Amino acid sequence: MKLDSKVPGGPLEQKWDKHLKDINLVAPNNKRKYEIIVVGTGLAGGAAAASFAELGYNVRSFCIQDSARRAHSIAAQGGINAAKNYPNDGDSIWRLFYDTIKGGDYRSRESNVYRLAQVSNEIIDQAVAQGVPFAREYGGTLANRSFGGAQVSRTFYARGQTGQQLLLGAYQAMMRQVHTGKIKYHPRHEMLDVVVIDGQARGIITRDLVSGELNRYEADAVVLATGGYGNVFYLSTNAKNSNVTAAWRAHKKGAAFANPCYVQVHPTCIPVSGDYQSKLTLMSESLRNDGRVWVPRKKGDDRHPNDIPEEERYYYLEERYPAFGNLVPRDVASRNAKMVCDDGLGVGETGLAVYLDFRDAIKRDGRDTIEAKYGNLFEMYENIAGENPYKQPMKIYPAVHYTMGGLWVDYNLQTTIPGLYAAGEANFSDHGANRLGASALMQGLSDGYFVLPYTIGDYLAKQEPGKRYGTDHEAFAEAENAAQSKIDKLLNVNGNRTIIDFHRTLGKIVWDKIGIARNAEGLKSAIEEIRELREEFWQNVKVPGEKNNYNKYLEFAGRVADFFELAELMAQDALDREESAGCHLREEYQTEEGEALRNDEEYSYVAAWEYKGLNGKLEEQLHKENLEFEFVELKQRSYK
Amino acid sequence: MSKEMTIHLKYWKQNGPNDAGHFEEYTLDNVNEHMSFLEMLDVLNEELMLADKEPVEFDYDCREGICGSCNLVINGQAHGPKARVAACQLHMRNYKDGDHITIEPPRAAAFPVIKDLVVDRSAFDRIIEAGGYVSVKTGSAGEANAILVEKEKADAAFDYATCIGCGACVAACPNASASLFTGAKIAHLNKLPQGEVERKNRVVAMVDQMKEEGFGDCSNFAECEAVCPVGISISAIAEMRRDYMKAALRGD
Ligand SMILES: Cc1cc2nc3c(=O)[nH]c(=O)nc-3n(C[C@H](O)[C@H](O)[C@H](O)COP(=O)(O)OP(=O)(O)OC[C@H]3O[C@@H](n4cnc5c(N)ncnc54)[C@H](O)[C@@H]3O)c2cc1C
Ligand code: SF4
Ligand code: FES
Repeated sequence: MKLDSKVPGGPLEQKWDKHLKDINLVAPNNKRKYEIIVVGTGLAGGAAAASFAELGYNVRSFCIQDSARRAHSIAAQGGINAAKNYPNDGDSIWRLFYDTIKGGDYRSRESNVYRLAQVSNEIIDQAVAQGVPFAREYGGTLANRSFGGAQVSRTFYARGQTGQQLLLGAYQAMMRQVHTGKIKYHPRHEMLDVVVIDGQARGIITRDLVSGELNRYEADAVVLATGGYGNVFYLSTNAKNSNVTAAWRAHKKGAAFANPCYVQVHPTCIPVSGDYQSKLTLMSESLRNDGRVWVPRKKGDDRHPNDIPEEERYYYLEERYPAFGNLVPRDVASRNAKMVCDDGLGVGETGLAVYLDFRDAIKRDGRDTIEAKYGNLFEMYENIAGENPYKQPMKIYPAVHYTMGGLWVDYNLQTTIPGLYAAGEANFSDHGANRLGASALMQGLSDGYFVLPYTIGDYLAKQEPGKRYGTDHEAFAEAENAAQSKIDKLLNVNGNRTIIDFHRTLGKIVWDKIGIARNAEGLKSAIEEIRELREEFWQNVKVPGEKNNYNKYLEFAGRVADFFELAELMAQDALDREESAGCHLREEYQTEEGEALRNDEEYSYVAAWEYKGLNGKLEEQLHKENLEFEFVELKQRSYK
Repeated sequence: MSKEMTIHLKYWKQNGPNDAGHFEEYTLDNVNEHMSFLEMLDVLNEELMLADKEPVEFDYDCREGICGSCNLVINGQAHGPKARVAACQLHMRNYKDGDHITIEPPRAAAFPVIKDLVVDRSAFDRIIEAGGYVSVKTGSAGEANAILVEKEKADAAFDYATCIGCGACVAACPNASASLFTGAKIAHLNKLPQGEVERKNRVVAMVDQMKEEGFGDCSNFAECEAVCPVGISISAIAEMRRDYMKAALRGD
C-alpha cells in the first residue's frame, strides 16, 4: 500500500482553485450514466447525496434510521464555524485555518484544513438559502458567538439546536431529489460490506433492517459518510446506532484506517448514575464561563456540597491553571477531572463526578441573569439528574464525544481503495489530534456540499460510463456470503451473556486504558483483555430472535463484533505513538507541568493502518504519511 | 442512595403488520428512579433475553429528545405523562413503587406496525418530499447577509422548525391527522423570505400528499399540541389551512 495524499502544489491559498482547474469534469449528459452510492444521511452524506443528484448523477442513499432526518448529526448543539468576519473582529480564512491546525496540535494536513476554512463561508450561504433559521441580530443580520479555542466570534448557531437545523436543511434538499427520482432512498438499511472488483469499489451489500434480507447494489463509486466510532466506549454522547461497521468492513477490504487513537472527550457531561446507563448527555461547554469546578479536599467527604465550607473546597482548575482557570481547553479539563477522581476525591454515588457550581455566579449576577444565559441547560440537567442546579452544584464528568480518527483519505477524500470515498466524521481528515468546537458540522458540510461533488467527478470521468459487472459477479456473491455467515454465526452462538453486557465490559476496558490518559503498560494489558473478551464474545454471546425479521439486537451484535476489532487497533495505535498530542495523552510524555508533550521530530505523521488479518490477534501494518508544515510554525501549547 | 421500585409492565407484541398482536406482562423489581424510561425497557429486555424470551422491539437513537425516533404511547399518552418531553427524556422518578404501565405503539392507519412498538413512519418523509423544502441548488446561494430577516420572524421560523418528526401528534389525534407535523414545516418556511417564494405550491403539494397517505382531517381537538414534545403551536395548522384555501381558490 502506498499513501499518496495528492496534495496539489503551489501556495497554500491557491491549491484548491488550482486543483479545481486541473481536475477532470464529467459532461452534463454523461452524468446520468453514472451511479453513486452514498451510505449515511448525516450532514456529510445528506449534503453529498443532494449535491450529486442536483448535478445529474444517479444516487442511492442508505441509512440505519427510519428516516434520513434522524442521523446523529441532528443532536449537535453549539454551532458551526465560518470565516465570514461579520463581527469585524479580525477573523479571516487564514485565522480559521490557523486555529484549526493549532487546535489539532499540528497533526493534520495543512492543505485540507486551509480548504475547509475557504469553503466555510459558502456553507453558511447555502444553509441560509435553504431556510435554516440561524440566530439573528435585531438589524436582521446573522448573529455570531464565540467558542473554545478561538479569539474571534465566528460561530453561527440556531439556539442549542444547530445540528438539527443544518441537518433538516440537507435532508430537505435530499428529499427534493428523491421527489425528482434522482435519489433512490433506502432508510432502515445497514451496509455490511463494500464490494471491490479489480481493485475498485463497485458496490455494497446491505441488510434490509425490516425484512432482514441481504441485498446487492452496484455503482460507479461509493461514499461512506457513516459517522464516528465513539460508541466503542459503550457510553458516549453519540446516538445509540452510531457505529464503526461500514468503515471497519471497508478497512478489512483494503481501506487504511488513520489515527484510530485520537478520541475527544468532552469535559462537561452528566455523569453515569448506574449500570443501566445507556448513553451520556452533553452539557454545553459554555457553562464553564460562569460555573466553578471543584471537589472536596477531604476524601470520602459525604456532606451535602452546600455544607462544605470554602476552605475545604478544592477548586483544582483555578489552582493549577491560574491564567485560564475553569476555561482551560477540553482535553485539559477532562484530564484533570479524571485525576481528582482517581485520587478518590470524586463525588456522587459512583465517585465519578466533580461539582460545577453556580453559587458565586448567582450571588454576583443574580439568578435572572444566570437563568437568561443557561435556563434551558439547567432545565435539561434537572430533568435528567433530578437536582436543581440553582440550589446546589451540578455534577459533571467527562464523556467520549468525537473521534478524530477514521478512514484515511487523500486530498480528494478518496480512501486507499479507488472509487471509495469517506466524508464527515468517518474520515480522519481535518482535525488532527483534537477537534475545535463547532468544526465538525463545518467539515461534514464542506465535504458533502463543496468538496466531493467536484473530486468525485475527477474519478468518474476516468471510468467508462455505464460499465456494469452485474451483481451476479463473484465479488458480490462472496461479500454477501461472508455477511450472511457472520450473521448466522452470531445467531448460532446462543451463549449466556447479553450483547450489552459484552459491550459494556469492552467499553470499560477502552475507557480505563485507551481513554483520557494512556501508558504503555495499560495499553499492552488492554490488548490482552480485548482479545480475551473478543474470544469469549464469539463463544458466549446471546443474540435473540431471527435473521429474517426486524431484530435490533442482531444489528447491535454485528456492530459490537466490529468494535471488538477496532478497539485492538486503537490500543496498538496509541502504543505506537510515543508522544502526547492533542487528545492523545501518553503519561510517559508530559512536560514538567503535566501538559501534553509532542515529539515533532519522530511523530509528525498520520498513522495509517493496513489490515493484514485476524487470527486471535489483529494484524495490521503501519504506513506513515509525513506531515510537512510549510506554512505554519509548530509551537507547544501552554495554558498556565 | 437512590430509590428502587417495582413496576408492572404491559407491553404490545406484534410480529409484523399482518399479525393481530397482543399484550404481554412482566414485573420488574429493581427499577432505579434515575433510569430513563427507555433504560427501563433495556433492563426488561436483558431479563427477557436471559430467560430465553423474545425482547420487545422499540425505536430509538439519540435518547435525548432530538432525533424523533422514539414514539411510545405510555398509559394512553403519546410520550408519557410529562409535558414537553419525548419518551426517551422521561425518567422513572415520575413513577412510584407498584405502578402499572401500559406501553403501546402509536396507532394510525398511516403508521403500520413493523414489529411490536416499532412503526413505519415513511409517510412523513413523503410529505416532506412533496414540497417541504426551498428549491435551491448547492452553490447557487447568494451571500448570506444579503437578505435581512427580522429577528422576530427568524425566531418564529425556528420555533416551527424544531419539530422532531416523532408522530406523537398523529398518535394523539382522534382523527390520526398529520396536520401539526405538516403545518409546522409550512409555517417554518413561510416565515422566511427564502421559503416565501414557493409558498403556494408547497402548501398544496404537502396537504394533498398528507391526504393521500391516509391521515385524517383536523377537527381542532388540539390534542396534538398537548403531546408535542417540542411545543409546536397549533397556529401552524390555521396558517396551513388558510394558505391551502387561498391557493385552492385561485386554482393554482
Ligand atoms: C451531543 C453532540 C453535540 C455536538 N455538537 C456539535 C457542535 O455544536 N458543533 C459541531 O461542529 N459538532 C458537534 N458535534 C459533532 C457532530 O455532530 C458530528 O461529528 C457530525 O454531526 C457527524 O456527521 P456525519 O455526517 O459525519 O455523521 P452522522 O451524523 O453520525 O451520520 C452517520 C450516518 O451514517 C449512517 N450509517 C452509519 N453506519 C451505517 C451503515 N453501516 N449502513 C448504513 N448507514 C449507516 C447513519 O444511519 C447516519 O445516517 C456534536 C456531537 C454530539 C454527540
Ligand atoms: S409536530 Fe410535535 S408531535 Fe408532531 S411530529 Fe413534530 S415534534 Fe412530533
Ligand atoms: S430517542 Fe431520539 S427523540 Fe427519543
